[in-house]
Amino acid sequence: MTDYKEKNWKIEEDADGIVWLHLDKADSKTNVLSADVLAEFETLLDAFSNQPPRGLIILSDKDSGFIAGADVKEFTAFSTEQEAREAIERGHRIMNRLESLSCPTVAMLTGFTLGGGLELALACKYRVADNDPATRIGLPEVKLGIHPGFGGTVRCLERTGVLNGMDLMLSGRSISARAAQKMRLIDYAVPRRHLREAARACVQNPPKQKSLPVWNNLLNYKKVRPLLAKVFIKKVAARANRAHYPAPYALIDLWVQHYGDRDTMLHAEAASVAHLITGKTAQNLVRVFMLQEQLKGLGRLPDYVPRHVHVIGAGVMGGDIAAWCALQGFTVTIQDTQPEALGRVIQRAYSLYKKRLKQKRPITATLDRLMPDLDGDGLVKADVVIEAIFEDAEVKRQLFRDIEPRLKPETLIATNTSSIPLEDLANALNNPERLVGLHFFNPVAMMPLIEIVHGKQTSETTQNRASAFARKINRLPLPVTSSPGFLVNRVLMPYLMEAVVLAEEGVPLSVIDKAATDFGMPMGPIELADTVGLDICLKVAEILSRYMDIEVPGILQDKVSRKNLGKKSGAGFYTFAKGKAVKPEPDKQYTPATDLQDRLIMRMLNEVVACQRDQVVENGDLADAGIIFGTGFAPFRGGPVHYIKERGPEQLEKLLNNLMHNHGDRFKPDAGWSTLIKQTP
Amino acid sequence: MAETRAKKKTTRRTSASRRPVYIVDGSRTPQLKARNKPGPFSSADLAVGCGRPLLARQPFEPSDLDEVIIGCVMPGPDEANIARVIALRLGCGNKVPAWTVQRNCASGMQSLDSAAKDISMGRADLVLAGGVEAMSHAPVLLNEDMVTWLGAWMSARTWPQRLKTLGQLRPGHLKPIIALLRGLTDPVVGLSMGQTAENLAWHFGISRTDMDAYAMRSHQRLAAAQDKGYLSEIEPLFDTRGNVYQQDDGVRRDSSMEQLAKLRPVFDKPFGNVTAGNSAQITDGAALLLLASEAAIKKYDLKVMGQIKDSEWAGLDPAYMGLGPVHAITPLLQRHKLKLNDVDYWEINEAFAAQVLACLKAWEDRDYCRDELGLKSPLGKLDQSRLNVDGGGVSIGHPVGTSGARITLHLLHVLERNNAKTGIASLCIGGGQGGALLIERTTG
Repeated sequence: MTDYKEKNWKIEEDADGIVWLHLDKADSKTNVLSADVLAEFETLLDAFSNQPPRGLIILSDKDSGFIAGADVKEFTAFSTEQEAREAIERGHRIMNRLESLSCPTVAMLTGFTLGGGLELALACKYRVADNDPATRIGLPEVKLGIHPGFGGTVRCLERTGVLNGMDLMLSGRSISARAAQKMRLIDYAVPRRHLREAARACVQNPPKQKSLPVWNNLLNYKKVRPLLAKVFIKKVAARANRAHYPAPYALIDLWVQHYGDRDTMLHAEAASVAHLITGKTAQNLVRVFMLQEQLKGLGRLPDYVPRHVHVIGAGVMGGDIAAWCALQGFTVTIQDTQPEALGRVIQRAYSLYKKRLKQKRPITATLDRLMPDLDGDGLVKADVVIEAIFEDAEVKRQLFRDIEPRLKPETLIATNTSSIPLEDLANALNNPERLVGLHFFNPVAMMPLIEIVHGKQTSETTQNRASAFARKINRLPLPVTSSPGFLVNRVLMPYLMEAVVLAEEGVPLSVIDKAATDFGMPMGPIELADTVGLDICLKVAEILSRYMDIEVPGILQDKVSRKNLGKKSGAGFYTFAKGKAVKPEPDKQYTPATDLQDRLIMRMLNEVVACQRDQVVENGDLADAGIIFGTGFAPFRGGPVHYIKERGPEQLEKLLNNLMHNHGDRFKPDAGWSTLIKQTP
Repeated sequence: MAETRAKKKTTRRTSASRRPVYIVDGSRTPQLKARNKPGPFSSADLAVGCGRPLLARQPFEPSDLDEVIIGCVMPGPDEANIARVIALRLGCGNKVPAWTVQRNCASGMQSLDSAAKDISMGRADLVLAGGVEAMSHAPVLLNEDMVTWLGAWMSARTWPQRLKTLGQLRPGHLKPIIALLRGLTDPVVGLSMGQTAENLAWHFGISRTDMDAYAMRSHQRLAAAQDKGYLSEIEPLFDTRGNVYQQDDGVRRDSSMEQLAKLRPVFDKPFGNVTAGNSAQITDGAALLLLASEAAIKKYDLKVMGQIKDSEWAGLDPAYMGLGPVHAITPLLQRHKLKLNDVDYWEINEAFAAQVLACLKAWEDRDYCRDELGLKSPLGKLDQSRLNVDGGGVSIGHPVGTSGARITLHLLHVLERNNAKTGIASLCIGGGQGGALLIERTTG
């Protein structure tokens, strides 16, 4: 057995002459294909092609998995398209060289096998994977505004066929080892205990390459491709606007134009990715990815290991928070005096678990961790207590007074209040420094962000623990000050209210919503208000109107008093059929005012500037992260603060002044704009 | 012969090395009547449903238990050694051993006695024990002809073989075996449990009216207990459809003699007297208790409900299994020099109204006491105002594996409520046995 070690790669040759090539990227918990990893790999491949071993098995020494993809940080470093293209073509060269090795080559997949990692695996002759649920295989490039760029488009379509391959690349979703085996993306999905044997077997008794069904060739036929492309495009268009997200369309184009001519397609792929990666969308999406990593970093606290969460209040929020925490592995008690409310919690939890877990055993285990608690027995052992009762400061204070003596001294006390300043609640506690806000968003299972609200009295330890807890339930923590509306609701509310004003003015609802979705919002404000619930919008707006200059439009109060609450009551602004808004087509004669979109977006941006002036969050990046993950704000624009910088604050302030002139004082530019203008070079 | 045996038993067990066994806490599910289809909860679901809150309110962690012992007669096909399934699902962790006991209708009491034995011997300090049964989930089985045919079908490799095998399938192959009915039939004497109750009624001259009156009273007592909030040991169950189950749902508040009289005999048609109305209901339910040694009480500062002072198991003619309590309780009383009136409260499981009444009659019956119990004179009259004061199997139900634990737990609550001290819980056991526990409430 001979061993040899590079900085990132380790070579181990076994008695049969098989080379086990371990990737263990230096100074990193995760393997990524950074420039230096690739450079070493290329040198190694040179040696292997000169003197081929009996077989080459590539594996990872990281717990996190095989290879999580390219090094995203490098994406932002390209100054020109040409520079990007050179880097990508080098990747192509390396993959081609791996593919052309004369010995059997096997990729041994564990954990995350994503993007460039899967592309590398696809350049091997065989792939074996651990069939543990932790194994996730996919090509998520499209989420970063690009498509596979190391020959992955060609090899993925060759392996799994056009339908599976396109679905995988266009959606960017990751799949299990078993699913990957089913679609022929990998050769064997086996338990960890047989993984090495399976890899060895691929070298010693190479299995027959599995061929695709004949109909796949028909779909790839030159005359058929444009027809099928229309189907793909229609599906993509339902999710992503071509003007905002060019990557999936470029990928479809690539296939339509070049499939069947391997070399040309590989070259075209490199050119296409080089173009995309230096474009605005990809750069902004990479920014969003980095922001996400930044938020994750806020929750790093390895020694903090909470296990038991106690939620008080079995309303929709409390119940969904409890159900989510149990799904993330916590022991959860959910306290309420109403057995019926607890019954609904379990019902909702079950439907969530059925959707996410599918199989009976994990569903049962998760439900077993979620205990309805009429008597508050869970308080005593809880590590985190989350209060989610109705918004009444005195009732909350009384609750805190009642429970504090029963808690362990180190237990984190959290409130899910969306409107009451923390300081107003903290004075009920003997240890006010352990009170923190954990502001979840509805629906809990869908919204990735939690605002970590700190009052003046909140200790740093408490804040850090709250952020760490957010990470442990797979959510992104955003530290915000305890000011009214915090960040997300505060910037969202003026935008929603402006939409309601527009509706009051008689602008067709679908026109309002389209103006927002054209900007890149995932959902229009009217539909969003209906989805959230008009009663909740009204309540938040009323509370915020005490602190900020928001007028609550009369139409909103009308609708609520007539019990038109939105989606949950079947009708709000829209009527709902089978949970979907029925949007009437606007009159063809109708031409919307040219400042419609500006009215919506500028009110939001104006509030973002006000939040920055108030220092609700520490900096502009965090504001962008919060607003993107909390509201879905057009990710390809890189966040509102980033967008303001790009458009130029001076120009936007002018725009606000115009709007104020035409539509009233609510558009008055916040004092913060002048600071921004001064800062802009 | 009978006399010497009885005497021998009263002088048994005087060893002073026994450690006392305490009952610390307990909970049970509401009992849900079987309604001709599998109920919303499996056996393990039921036990988890009442075990979770029980453990949640303890000052120790579930992993601090020394063992889990569960009585269950018919666990589901996915519940082999159901005690272990329950222990793991309750979060006791990999290291807490668990075992399942089966003594038919007294399985839940056997689990307590087994736990008590381990604690008293010093083998354990903290034990979760109890019983569970989801009778509505009792399996329906294939008959042996069908199993044989399936074997042939599996081994048929060629199409002609398969066709031939298919031709051998007969309608009779499809006749199912209802495991619940088989389970409630004595395999040795061939009588259903109801028929053994008919035997008792015949032997002691218990009329249909006596049985129906007893049954009606059982329902009235349960209804009163529900109204007064006497069943605080119940933990509500939550199903996945948003329903909450908070009370025993077999209670018939409108039960009347006229209605009961209309019911037809179930077991001895057409002349019998035992009906669905004066028999225990078929229900799903679980009951769990926490048993502890003195050391565990001190270690975790546990509040004590009472003590298991002694237990007794007895055997008798399977055709008269309903008299099991008489045979178990009598030596227990003798051993502790107690008379019937010295016991403050009684829980004798109501398998059948006729069966409880027969037990009372047997103690008053000179011949029976002499011939079967070896007593010189009858034991006497048991005061029915101290027996099953909050209803019993007829109104609450009798999930076979559960009842022994349920009546013991409830007896402690009754003693507490009445500031009384001594109680006896007992059951008759299919196959011809009886079991009884002597309980003493810890005061102060």
